[in-house]
This record gives sequence, C-alpha cells and structure tokens, in this order.
Amino acid sequence: MHQQTHIEVKNLNVSYGDVKALHNITLAIPDKKITAIIGPSGCGKTTLLKSFNRLLDLEEGVKIKGEIFVDKENIFTPGLEPTHIRKKMGLLAQKPCPLPMSIFDNVAFGPRIHGLKNKRRLYGIVRYHLKQAGLWKEVKDRLYEPASKLSIGQQQRLCLARGLAVKPEIILGDEPTSALDPASSKRIEEIFKMLKSRYTIVLVTHILRQAKRLADYIVFLYNGELVEHGPADVVLAHPQQPLTQEYINGVVS
Amino acid sequence: MNIRKDRRFFEEKLIKGIMRFCALLLAGLLILIVTTIAVKGFSALNLSMLVNTAKGGFYLGKEGGILHAIIGSFCIAGGATCLAFFISTPIVLYINVYRKKRSKLAELIRFAFNVLWGIPSIVYGAFGFTCMLFLGLKASLLAGILVITLVEIPILARGIDEVVQHVPIEITQAALSLGATTGETAWKVVIRQILPGIITAMLLAFGRGIGDAAAVLFTAGFSDYIPESLMQPVATLPLVIFFQLGTPFPSVQNRAYASAFILTLLVLSISLMARFFSKKLSRHRIDHM
Repeated sequence: MHQQTHIEVKNLNVSYGDVKALHNITLAIPDKKITAIIGPSGCGKTTLLKSFNRLLDLEEGVKIKGEIFVDKENIFTPGLEPTHIRKKMGLLAQKPCPLPMSIFDNVAFGPRIHGLKNKRRLYGIVRYHLKQAGLWKEVKDRLYEPASKLSIGQQQRLCLARGLAVKPEIILGDEPTSALDPASSKRIEEIFKMLKSRYTIVLVTHILRQAKRLADYIVFLYNGELVEHGPADVVLAHPQQPLTQEYINGVVS
Repeated sequence: MNIRKDRRFFEEKLIKGIMRFCALLLAGLLILIVTTIAVKGFSALNLSMLVNTAKGGFYLGKEGGILHAIIGSFCIAGGATCLAFFISTPIVLYINVYRKKRSKLAELIRFAFNVLWGIPSIVYGAFGFTCMLFLGLKASLLAGILVITLVEIPILARGIDEVVQHVPIEITQAALSLGATTGETAWKVVIRQILPGIITAMLLAFGRGIGDAAAVLFTAGFSDYIPESLMQPVATLPLVIFFQLGTPFPSVQNRAYASAFILTLLVLSISLMARFFSKKLSRHRIDHM
C-alpha cells in the first residue's frame, strides 16, 4: 500500500522538567488519511499531537529535541514563525473552546487575521464552513449571538468550522469527542469521514472502538515510547508487539 | 454515641452562627456609616452645595459649595484611572500571554506589584513632592493625576492579573492554533474574555483614587476654584472634608458630613454603573471551562 507522507517525525524527544514525556519517536503520518494515536492516558498522545503545531511551546519548562517535517519543512527551524505552521493545522481540543465572541466572529476570526476584510466574502466563508461542519441550519438565524450560548456538541462543530475556515491541510483532534454526548460524537465522526478525502486528520483517542471505526492508520504509544504503528487493519487485527496485543484486547489500559 | 452526635450538631450550629454574625456585622457597619454621615450631614445638605464653588469665608460658615472639589476629584481619579489602565494592561498581558504565566520575570513583576500595593499613599505623595521640587513644578492637577496614577497602577494591575491568570489556556491555544500571533491572541481574544474583570479592577482603582487624601495633599494643592488647566492647583473631596471637619464651627462640620455623603453617593453610583456595563460586556465571555 503506497502512501504519501504528510507529517514526518524524526527522533522526537520531549520532556517537562525532568519528566520524559516522549522518547525517541520516529514516525510518518500519511497524507489524506485518518491517523489515530492510541494508548493509555498519560502515555504522551496529546504531547505528540501538540508538538505538530508547536502549541507545546506554551507549556512551562518544556524541552524538545528532534525534528518534525510538515510538507518537507522542519517546524523547529530557528527563526520560523510558528503561526505559519499553525495556519496549516486546525485543532479540535478535548473540551470545545469557542472564542469569547459571536458565532459569526468565531468562524470569521481566522480569515480576518489573515487579512480578509470584504464583508460579503467573509459571510460566504462563514456560511460555507458552518455547512461543512453541519451547523449552518441550527445557527443561521442567530449568527450574532454569543458562541457560549451553543450546546457543547454545537460548540465542537463550531470549533471545527472555525478551524476549517483558515484553510488548513491538516486537522488535529485531541480526543475531540470525549466531552460530547453520543449523538454529537457520532456527528463529529461522520464529519471526519466526510473530510478525510481532502484533509490529513490526526486524532488522539482513548476510545479503541472509535479508532476502529475511523482510523486508516494507527499509532500506539505506551509510556512515551512508540510501540507500534502501521495501517489500521494490520495493527488492529494482527498486532506484532505483545504490548499492543494486550492493549487491543483490553488487558492493559 | 448520642452525646458525640449532639456535640457535632452543636459545633455545626455554633460555626454557622459565627459566620452569620460576621456577615451581619459587616452589613450593619455599612449601614451605620452611611446613616451617620447622612444624619449628621442632612442639615447642611442642599442643592446649592452641588452647583457652587467655595466663596470667601466658606470654611467659616459662609455661602458656597463644593462643586470645585467634586470636579477636582473626578478629574484626578478619572485621569489617573485612564493612565493607570494604559500602563497596567500592557504589563499584565505581557507577563501572562507573551511570557509564560509562571516565568521568573512574571513572578518578579507580581512581587513588585505587591510591594507597591502595600506602600502607604502618603509615601507616594512625598515621592511626588520630591520629584516636583526637583523639576521645579508647582502643585497642580497634572501632578495630582500623576501621583494618583502611581497609587492606582498596582491596584489595577493586580486586579487585571488576577482575571488574566484565570483565562482558560484553551482559549489562548484556540486562537494560536488558528495562526494568530501572540499579539492578536492577547489584544483580540484574551482582552475580550477579561473585559468585565478589567471594569471591576478599574472601579476598585477609581474608588481608591477618589478617596485618597494623602497623596494629593502635597501634589494637587488646594483651591477654591474649578481648575481651568492641568497646571492649576485643584481641590479634592477628601481634603474638603478634612478642612471642614477641622474647623471649630458645628455648621461647617455638618457640611463636612454632607460632603462625605456626596462622596459616598458618587462612589456608589459609579459602582452601580460599572456593574451594569460589566454585565453587558460579559455577554460573550466563555465560562464553562
């Protein structure tokens, strides 16, 4: 199975103070596929995800060694503006987090800061991406109300629309359905399936069944080490490592 | 068994009682203060006090009012609060958004705020006076504003710092992950989240500024007129109260209470206004985090 690589991680080491969070990770994430990062909590899944768009820079006392290439460009190149990397990636957080402004302004925020002023075009962009996220019908009559008034499931779809409006190539999801009810989770999953033909999607999830439903590619982390990675059907059906087998069979969690 | 149970319930009741008593004490104190100044000042309270400035012999019991001091106090406290806002907000956003919240620099600046906050305002007044002597300036509205700005900066900065520290990190991350620069994140997103908190902090600072007598004593001087420029000396309400209370005439002392009553009403109405605006401004705030 030939796959093009979109994100390439080489010898990545991350530590917080003296605590090692990721140890020597080398990995290639395929283009236009859904990659699921699985593993028990505290194994470094979120750390790995947040190193992709350099949000890790914000953490206190973090040390990063190694390289990550996005579109063949090392994101840790000194002097490189992280905004340039982040613009390429939409992020869905564990808990949906709208910006403190109206529904419309949330989606328009990205295009606005990247220089779009034309009101009619902004409206078009907002409408298009709210439709993409399956939220348009529910909010079209109250676009100027505070985003915080939406239900939590709607907020997560708003965050997705907001991320898509920046025209990213990659969508990062940090357990994006963990705070949602089952119906909202299902909607988000369906949207991901719809989007994967056009975006590279990387999901952190601790729900194994979600990984089975969605993933084309599996990355299994345990205690900051990369244990196994490969196409989902292979890893899930015939895991090579004993640890992966135990995790998939529910022996360790 | 039963005795122990009784004791537990007794303790519970006792502690609840103490807490209620303390709360009532505070409320009672407020009512007592307001009624005292209202009762004592009632005889002297009239409209002409509000629309006239002090005429000759005002402090001996003759005609006049305190309009000049009301305006003076508003100019000083208002000007100082604005200036302090424009100085404190950048500092606070810098140490919380541009730098990491727990960085050494941030902690050092917070420590400086705490020390400055604890300095008595008479010391600020003396410092201001020294500077004025050095620069050859006279007591004036401008000097008063500048000194009260110094008094207010630590109050305002600490107040804003408190709210900025509580902004969920997810909001910052969300803005950054959309490709916003740190500046855009601070000034377009974080600031919206903390607007209500800023209003509250400004109100606190304004209250401290309008009530301060010691720092303006040396720096703003005193006058019987409404100031016409920044370089003229200006009267303030606390000093008017102080001078009136210091006279041996009961009728003038009553005017002091009337002035105090007006000062209290002004602070109260500003406080209510601030609450109203901060409610309006918190419309978009994210608070489910």
